[in-house]
Amino acid sequence: MIRVALVREWQVLLRAKGAVINPLAFLLLTTTLFVIAAPDAITSGTDGPAEVAPGILWTLVLLTQLLALDGMYRRDFDSGVLEQSLVSAQVPFVTVLIRIFMQWLSTGFIMAMLAPILGWILGLSTQALPATALALLLGTPALSLLGSVGASVTVGFNRGGVILALLVLPLFLPTLVFGADMVMAAQVGRSVMPQVYALSLISLVALALAPFAALAGLKISLEMQ
Amino acid sequence: MTVQPLLDVNALSCERGGRRLFSPISLSVFPGDYVELVGANGSGKSTLLRTLAGLHSQFAGEYRSKDALYQGHRLGLDGLLTPLENLAWLAGLEDHTLDHDITLNALDRAGVLTKAYSPCSAMSAGQQRRVAMARWLLSSRKLWLLDEPLTALDASAQDLLRYVIAEHCATGGAVICATHHAIAIDGKSELRLDTSIAEGR
Amino acid sequence: MLGASLKRLWHKLGSPRWFFSLTTPWVTFFGWSAAALLLWGTIWGLAYAPADYQQGNSFRIMYVHVPAAMLAQSLYIGMGVAGFIGLVWRMKLTDVAISACLPLGMVITALALFSGSVWGRPTWGSWWEWDGRTVSTLVLFFLFVGIYALREAIAEAELRARASALIAMVGTVNIPIIKYSVEWWNTLHQPASFGLTQKPAMPSEMWLPLLVMVLGFYCFAGMIVLLRMRSEILQREMSARWVSDWISGRESS
Repeated sequence: MIRVALVREWQVLLRAKGAVINPLAFLLLTTTLFVIAAPDAITSGTDGPAEVAPGILWTLVLLTQLLALDGMYRRDFDSGVLEQSLVSAQVPFVTVLIRIFMQWLSTGFIMAMLAPILGWILGLSTQALPATALALLLGTPALSLLGSVGASVTVGFNRGGVILALLVLPLFLPTLVFGADMVMAAQVGRSVMPQVYALSLISLVALALAPFAALAGLKISLEMQ
Repeated sequence: MTVQPLLDVNALSCERGGRRLFSPISLSVFPGDYVELVGANGSGKSTLLRTLAGLHSQFAGEYRSKDALYQGHRLGLDGLLTPLENLAWLAGLEDHTLDHDITLNALDRAGVLTKAYSPCSAMSAGQQRRVAMARWLLSSRKLWLLDEPLTALDASAQDLLRYVIAEHCATGGAVICATHHAIAIDGKSELRLDTSIAEGR
Repeated sequence: MLGASLKRLWHKLGSPRWFFSLTTPWVTFFGWSAAALLLWGTIWGLAYAPADYQQGNSFRIMYVHVPAAMLAQSLYIGMGVAGFIGLVWRMKLTDVAISACLPLGMVITALALFSGSVWGRPTWGSWWEWDGRTVSTLVLFFLFVGIYALREAIAEAELRARASALIAMVGTVNIPIIKYSVEWWNTLHQPASFGLTQKPAMPSEMWLPLLVMVLGFYCFAGMIVLLRMRSEILQREMSARWVSDWISGRESS
């Protein structure tokens, strides 16, 4: 079943590329806008770009993730695919896990790959770029996982996006803090190991808890239908 | 060797918002049974089927069932995917891999072979329902829970539905079907939901 | 023997009627205790505790801010625990508890934010600083608002209960993570702000009134939560016999 579920996710991804491209375009656009609108803020801090750029990058990453989360379950919810997963699958938990994984693959993972470009736009030094990519790689799974819990509970709402943001942004805060600091540390030459541990730990805790919570949330939403 | 029931229901009454929707029902469904759920709109037919499918958790009483195939108002077909891809995925949920030819054969029997390679969103509602019926043919589940399967079906599709259900019951399966219009199946039994308990409040 | 009676007690706890009759005297108890403790603590803290050598008299707002912040967090964690119990043991009463704690939690968190800001003004020179504690309290406020918004969006009672319980649990698990991350960020980016409730460092004349205030706040919360829970129980069980008996009993007395 895992193979079949992955195949379907891949097929959908290929046919609805906009769902992947739009949030990433949003990220690139807003990052660029920031640099255009406030070039001095980026480059004139006492630590150079280190002061502002990491926070800006991570905030925009969070907002992009919110954008991508909103529709995470909606198509399957509306079409009845979701309820079929829960009724027919021997282990519905696995389908949820796969959905979350694909969500991460199509947002967080690609954002991590784009980190060098984003970092360059924001004026980060070259030495900081690998750490930036790693920070995103380690931190974005937590965003997808925790976000999926909020998405699971709000999928049936008409204007669920606002409530989703409200539920999920407080949970994103730790990743934001450690992620931004990791970039900053790399920029000024501090060790990034503490942040690596912290980000990994948060993502692991999220991995242990979030899929179960998301499944529970989906069951609640399906019962509302 | 006694035949095991596919479904055992004991004093089951579905609830919504703390209220019972209908008087408790008890029944056993054996291979070959066709049970028609009748009742007015809002009598709880859909809720009962969803409860038996495991999608609705508010109820009193108990039920025990083998894994069922559930067909609700939403078809469970992904519009971006072709019928072939949808059927492969739906079968995959039940953990079996479909042979390509067998799948095409099922689509042919359902009368939508020509659409096998187009995305489902490009098909009419009636055609999508035929794809859903093809899915039933390929499923290994013995118990079918169907909610208003006659919706959007033209005359020939209705005949197909009748045939498919009859064939399933004849080959050891059972069907519980909620429908406004009776479906003529030999040996059918009717289950009427008594909603006076809900109205009496 | 003990196990069996504990189990019985646990099951009884799920009965709204039993809970209602059990808690009837508690409301008055908490109410009076709260009044006494808060009065005592306020007078002691405002008038008799020694002035802080660094902050002078302005530190006294601590006697409102610290209990409020502690209570706010306890209320949210209480919701999380209630949610867990509700989901595992299917007790309807836990949702009554959650809906009772929610508005109080929001108000108390707002009070904590406001009093923290008032405290900060003479100390920092500004009405707001982004330090670890203020950010944590602000995030807690948003956690409350989130559950509130969620409850407003779900009409069906049973599903609203399950969704609130789920989100409250997820939020509760995240609270220590959030606090830790904010403290950590704070040590890097802010100079050490005014030392808050480092009890060993505070002389007992300073933290004893604080303890009294904390107890007073918790008693107050106990009273409010019980009142709201009892009121909601009466509403939910409106059609039950014992409710009409109770109401007619009150009317005749």
